[in-house]
Amino acid sequence: MQNALRKIDGCVLSSILESALRIRCNDELIRESARSGRLNIIYYSPRGQEIIPSAISELLTDDDYICTIYRGIHDQIAKGVPPKLIWAEYAGRLTGSCKGKGGPMHITYPEKGVMVTTGIVGSSLPIANGLALASQLRGDGRVTVAYFGDGASNIGAFHESLNMASVWKLPVIFVCQNNRYAEHSRFDEFTAGESVARRGDAYGMHAVAVDGNDAEATWHTARAAIDRARSGDGPTLIEANTFRFEGHLLGDDSAYIPRQEMEAAKAADPVPRLRADVIGRGILTEAQVVELERKIRREAEEAREFALTSDWPSLDELSCDVLANSSEVVQ
Amino acid sequence: MSGGSETSGMPAEITVGEALNLALHDALAADPNVFLLGEDIGDEQGGGILGVTRGLSTTFGKARVRATPISEQAIIGAGIGAALAGFRPVAEIMLMNFVTVAMDMLVNHAAKLRFMSGGQTGVPLVVRTMTGSGFGNGGQHSDYLEAWFAHVPGMKVVSYSNPADAYGLLLASIRDDDPTLFIENLGSYALKGPAPQRGVPTPLGKAAIVRPGDDVTIISYSTMVLRALAAADSLARQNISCEVIDLRTIAPYDLPTLVASVGRTRRAVIVHEAVRKFGVGAEIAADLAGRFHGELKAPIVRLGGNYSAVPFSKPLESAYAPGPKQIEEAVLAMIAEHSDGL
Ligand SMILES: Cc1ncc(C[n+]2csc(CCOP(=O)(O)OP(=O)(O)O)c2C)c(N)n1
Repeated sequence: MQNALRKIDGCVLSSILESALRIRCNDELIRESARSGRLNIIYYSPRGQEIIPSAISELLTDDDYICTIYRGIHDQIAKGVPPKLIWAEYAGRLTGSCKGKGGPMHITYPEKGVMVTTGIVGSSLPIANGLALASQLRGDGRVTVAYFGDGASNIGAFHESLNMASVWKLPVIFVCQNNRYAEHSRFDEFTAGESVARRGDAYGMHAVAVDGNDAEATWHTARAAIDRARSGDGPTLIEANTFRFEGHLLGDDSAYIPRQEMEAAKAADPVPRLRADVIGRGILTEAQVVELERKIRREAEEAREFALTSDWPSLDELSCDVLANSSEVVQ
Repeated sequence: MSGGSETSGMPAEITVGEALNLALHDALAADPNVFLLGEDIGDEQGGGILGVTRGLSTTFGKARVRATPISEQAIIGAGIGAALAGFRPVAEIMLMNFVTVAMDMLVNHAAKLRFMSGGQTGVPLVVRTMTGSGFGNGGQHSDYLEAWFAHVPGMKVVSYSNPADAYGLLLASIRDDDPTLFIENLGSYALKGPAPQRGVPTPLGKAAIVRPGDDVTIISYSTMVLRALAAADSLARQNISCEVIDLRTIAPYDLPTLVASVGRTRRAVIVHEAVRKFGVGAEIAADLAGRFHGELKAPIVRLGGNYSAVPFSKPLESAYAPGPKQIEEAVLAMIAEHSDGL
């Protein structure tokens, strides 16, 4: 197993790193912009969870679908949504991915397979099933990934979705990003049973827990799940264990998290760890990574500039896109 | 549609149940992107609890006529996801009260994804459901909840009062690019009427004048149209001429047709089975009142379900929803109110 884990290609690992660095950089700049008042948003930072979607998306094509949640910028960037479209959407501008009409909790970008971003806990799973059902009916070989949190595993939709996906052998992968807290509620106090992964057993589903901060382990786990889905062997539940460093939303001081727990998690920050690993293995040099970081930073600053200088949507947009034919909208 | 040539084999009259089955059949035959899902809808499960989907899984296969677990959220979610990917799913929620379990999927997702995505995605999903009081089903199996959905921007709400419309409106709903709630009446399935023309949809958003008249406009939809027609018959014998309008599409409703009618009759009665308070009738009444302020011969009247759960006990249940008699009385009272009579 150890050997198999080590067989990941250097290019893959550096690509996962690039994605993780891009997520971290944009996340930092967004928090900075929100704190300074340049961006007026409620923001759910994914800081600490960067590796999970970076490793998984490495195995997905633009045609594969994802459904994600309010804490989803890492999933969206990893799947290939251009950061400037996310920034502009966050700023509510016409140039945003959704013309500013969705906002931070509702990023959609079908061009890269980002079909739904939901603000409703647990709702990414039933819709992901439908996308997967579409692929199954067409036989187009696409897979769908549903991202959600540990808290969502206590919602009815989770259970209905696992059962249906398993009964129908859908090409869907349920990825629980278990960051140990649902808002301010500790995982072990509010979730019965020892893990989210074990819940898959009840539905006859392949289910596995993985260290979501370990790029290689996550990549291997995802690869098995994606192979299973693409070859018609049905769904997988992946519990990717991780941690969130910035509280539930921006401004949350995480007072409900024991200090040692937070410190230990931050000491094991997966992004610098992967960075060191990539350099240590000689995949990239320190200088190359620094250059990459500079490029990503420039790109993020340009994205912010693009967002903040873009036009607002015109007021006509209020009654546009409500129904397919906007002339049918009755005032 | 492939159905046109099949018209020859059709009897002159069919039931609503047959019409709905035929619409689903024709939609499945015409478009490979149409598929059905819902509890017990396959032939192995009996073809739906009232047989509306009977025969379809045998004809089109279990992949396209797909029986589901009892999982309302997962059913609607699967419909939404497949619709986002280009399919035209028709999901059945066995009874309208059970949509409560799937409200998140309908209200937060189906109705809003087009707007929230800035028009990048849409949800051409039809949710068929049935309801109606009068069958002793009590408080949790008899509600009309159409106002909930009419109140959410992004959803269409459709109902019928005869077999031809049941066929044409269901076909139109399936072809429509918006999420549509298609409401069937529990008591309507055996209702007979002229057969529709195969393959021809009935346009959404267009009301039907089911009985022309000059003195009073009665606006209704679903089963209540039949009661309005019965009241109009009785009133005609008293020389009162009622125009009866079937909305057919509740949201968005056909205001121009209502305005043209009420503009002539100057009297409007709105009748629905859903609880009157905060109901669809209030919206229509306010729209009409806004347009005809000072020009009406009598205040607009709304008749609707009693402010209670649907009761079980027969006499209570019979009194729950407006019947022909109440509609007739409301019209007579309206006319009496105007000192010049007609
Ligand atoms: C159905 C629903 N209930 C409650 C909320 C409020 N809420 C938003 S996030 C959240 C915590 C969810 O935690 P988890 O699923 O673990 O995801 P995380 O935020 O940790 O990524 C809650 C309770 C909601 N958005 N939707």
